[in-house]
Amino acid sequence: MNRIRRTAPAALLLIALLGAWELYVDVKGSTFSLILPAPHQVAQALYTDRGLLWSNFLVTAEEVLLGIVVATVVGFLLAVAIHFSPTLRRAAYPLLVASQAVPVVILAPVLAFWLGFGLLPKLVVVAMVSFFSIVVTTTAGLAAVDPDLLKLMRTFDASRARTFWHIELPAALPGAFTGAKIAVAVSVIGAVFAEWNGSNSGLGYVILQALPQLKAARGMAAVVILSLFAIALFALLGLAERLALPWVYLPSGKEQTA
Amino acid sequence: MIEAPAKEPRELNGEDSVRVELVSRAFQTRRGRVDALAGMSLHAAPREVVAVVGPSGCGKTTLLELICGLQPPDSGRVQAGPAALMPQRDLLLPWLSAIDNAGLALRARGVPREQARKAAAPWLERFGLAPFVHTRPAELSGGMRQRVSFLRTLLAGKPVLALDEPFAALDAITRQEMQGWLGHVLESEPRTVILVTHDVEEAVILGDRVIVMSPRPGHAVREIEVPLARPRKRTDPAVVELREEALTALGVQA
Ligand SMILES: Nc1ncnc2c1ncn2[C@@H]1O[C@H](COP(=O)(O)OP(=O)(O)OP(=O)(O)O)[C@@H](O)[C@H]1O
Ligand SMILES: [Mg+2]
Repeated sequence: MNRIRRTAPAALLLIALLGAWELYVDVKGSTFSLILPAPHQVAQALYTDRGLLWSNFLVTAEEVLLGIVVATVVGFLLAVAIHFSPTLRRAAYPLLVASQAVPVVILAPVLAFWLGFGLLPKLVVVAMVSFFSIVVTTTAGLAAVDPDLLKLMRTFDASRARTFWHIELPAALPGAFTGAKIAVAVSVIGAVFAEWNGSNSGLGYVILQALPQLKAARGMAAVVILSLFAIALFALLGLAERLALPWVYLPSGKEQTA
Repeated sequence: MIEAPAKEPRELNGEDSVRVELVSRAFQTRRGRVDALAGMSLHAAPREVVAVVGPSGCGKTTLLELICGLQPPDSGRVQAGPAALMPQRDLLLPWLSAIDNAGLALRARGVPREQARKAAAPWLERFGLAPFVHTRPAELSGGMRQRVSFLRTLLAGKPVLALDEPFAALDAITRQEMQGWLGHVLESEPRTVILVTHDVEEAVILGDRVIVMSPRPGHAVREIEVPLARPRKRTDPAVVELREEALTALGVQA
């Protein structure tokens, strides 16, 4: 009962939007539907192109998953390094921010030149667009540790390393998860753009091919799959967080992260 | 082993395990200079319980941090044996169970988890926390949290305990319970204790001596011996009298 009440608004909103969309395309006519296909056409494409979509989805999924893993590892290590070195923070932060302003279109050819046309350059693009949020949220988590806790550890004669291990690291984990959740959404976009250069597979490639062939419905079907994938990853991360950090969700466990 | 006897006279002399002499401490803040302590002195013999009372903001926490070596004095001298702090807020780690929080000081020294748990378990049991050994702080009551926090400080194994208003956040009944409880612990596990409180009655019930501090910038304005046997009752006329004396020193009219 509760469950229904909670999910009902989302479901109703979705149905309403799809209905409006269907109607809008219907009114605009069949030529228009070559640019913006109606929901039923997308559903049709999802079914008829399922083999093609599935095999290309596997390619993109691999890029995204590996990219997120790399981004998490790199982002986390970078956050720790920045936490320990104010100099590195001052030196690296402007560059980190700048790196987020570099469009993938500029980057992709260079990466293709260096790394070829396989999985690697896509993985790098995905990691590049998604590591930033992990760095920022993890650094914030590390810096937000109560200074009184650090004092307490000093009266316990804890070494810097042990203070990090027992206090700062666990305290930073919720932030790292938040960063990873943000990263999930952008990483999918990153993979699509990465596939627009020097690739012949993946859902991004499918979209790129479908549009000039006037197969917008197929492109849209790929988008639907990408969206569902992002939602699934996001939910999975949320679940992992609940399992890994149960204290965050205890009654007086203060704020809940996104 | 020639050096060993050298330690004996130190103890026999009854040399203080905490000595604070004419210490001043100021902080630069955005709104200018704040003098927290000015000419504060205090000493504590080994195993003595010295209660420090003073109005809010008079530098009590600063004093404890000086004793624990967490900050240096601007002037004056601070000498103290190894001291462990029990912070004003319990500062338990939300991700650790009661037993792991209690053993944090051991873990901080590199003691393996299982060993730290073994050391903490009998204490938790003794303090009525046996059913909550694996409970996280968010699900403990205020009194339980204070007990875990105190245990954590005790298990650090330091000869000096710096307790910063350990029971201030508790309701009156729990506070009385906890005061009795602390008295018990210190009987079986004697340490030098600097007990900061703003509750004069608590100071008289628990302290061997009570130091009354002035408002900021804090310094000692009165030292009151409490030559009463333990456990002390708050209704005992001698306790009441000393309490009034301390209150008068604080500038509160009875
Ligand atoms: N790190 C600091 N930076 C700036 N000001 C400080 C700092 N620490 C303490 N103070 C100031 O010094 C004064 C004494 O602080 P302290 O915390 O020692 O008082 P206290 O007696 O423990 O107060 P309370 O009873 O409220 O706990 C206060 O005015 C406080 O604002
Ligand atoms: Mg204080």
